[in-house]
Amino acid sequence: MNVLALEFPPITHLTVWPTGPLGFNKVAGIYVFATIATLVLFMIAGSKKQLVPRGIQNIAESSVDFVRNSIIMQTIGPDGLGYLPLLATMFFFIFFSNITEIIPGIQMPANARFGIPLMLALMVWVIYWVVGFIKQGPLHYLKNSTVPPGVPKAILPLVSFIEFLQILIVRPFSQAVRLFANMLAGHLILVTFSVLCAALFAAAWYIAILPFSFALLVFLTAFEILVSFLQAFIFTILTAVYIGSSIHPDH
Amino acid sequence: MSMLHLIAAQDPGELQKGLTAVGRGIVYGGAAIGPGIGIGLVVGNAITAMARQPESAGVVRTTMFLGIAFTEALALFGFVLAFIITG
Repeated sequence: MNVLALEFPPITHLTVWPTGPLGFNKVAGIYVFATIATLVLFMIAGSKKQLVPRGIQNIAESSVDFVRNSIIMQTIGPDGLGYLPLLATMFFFIFFSNITEIIPGIQMPANARFGIPLMLALMVWVIYWVVGFIKQGPLHYLKNSTVPPGVPKAILPLVSFIEFLQILIVRPFSQAVRLFANMLAGHLILVTFSVLCAALFAAAWYIAILPFSFALLVFLTAFEILVSFLQAFIFTILTAVYIGSSIHPDH
Repeated sequence: MSMLHLIAAQDPGELQKGLTAVGRGIVYGGAAIGPGIGIGLVVGNAITAMARQPESAGVVRTTMFLGIAFTEALALFGFVLAFIITG
């Protein structure tokens, strides 16, 4: 089991990762780390409760403020504030399991495996169906989400069928695939450029290309910080949009 | 011998591998065209909107990321499909 990313693992590890005892492997370890990191961040931040926040409390408060103002208020509105704990923990869990992509020694985004993104998306699926059933009632929820207003009668069956597939399959599938494929693609790009840099590091004429390749690797690593933040943000905001469409039907 | 004869004389496994690789390339390349145009439209119009009304930049930014996410999904399906294809 190659835990520290000190040498290149075989290329097959991109899709099949060797497991240790009880099926525990590096990816599972990263998820445990992400869970504990989210827990510890909010436990420490909530233990002091100073009036003027400092240090970790400051980070936690500004990020909760971020989730509140730029995710919930923009998509659900004031009556979605009850979902703040769910969305904030989801954001941080996804962010911590993404950011291990660029941490030296780990270098593996845990969400580049399909399992947990799929589970998260299915969790969101259950939440928005249940919320829709409770807030609008089963029949109203189905009617409001499959019959968009202002559609001509002739193409209504087709549109309804597409909208029904949308809330039944397409939403969770695209949400899971989006997170998984973005992280896998970023990981693949970093792997490609690392392998290229290692191959160029030789006493031959082509070592002259190495600085460019290495500079691009550094740049892409910085880009992956942005991507891992953005994917956590997009996953959370899509969750908020789906819950919002269950609370407020389109008129 | 013509080119076709050369190809036919080769090991069929090799040919299949090569064609699989070509297919993967076509699948991902084709899947990237539409989303590329789409994301360009989304971001371009969002920038126009933000430049015209800077006070509504927050709403526009959120909607822009949503639009990007929905558009990008098609490219990512192509990316996943390219992995699923095996010779």
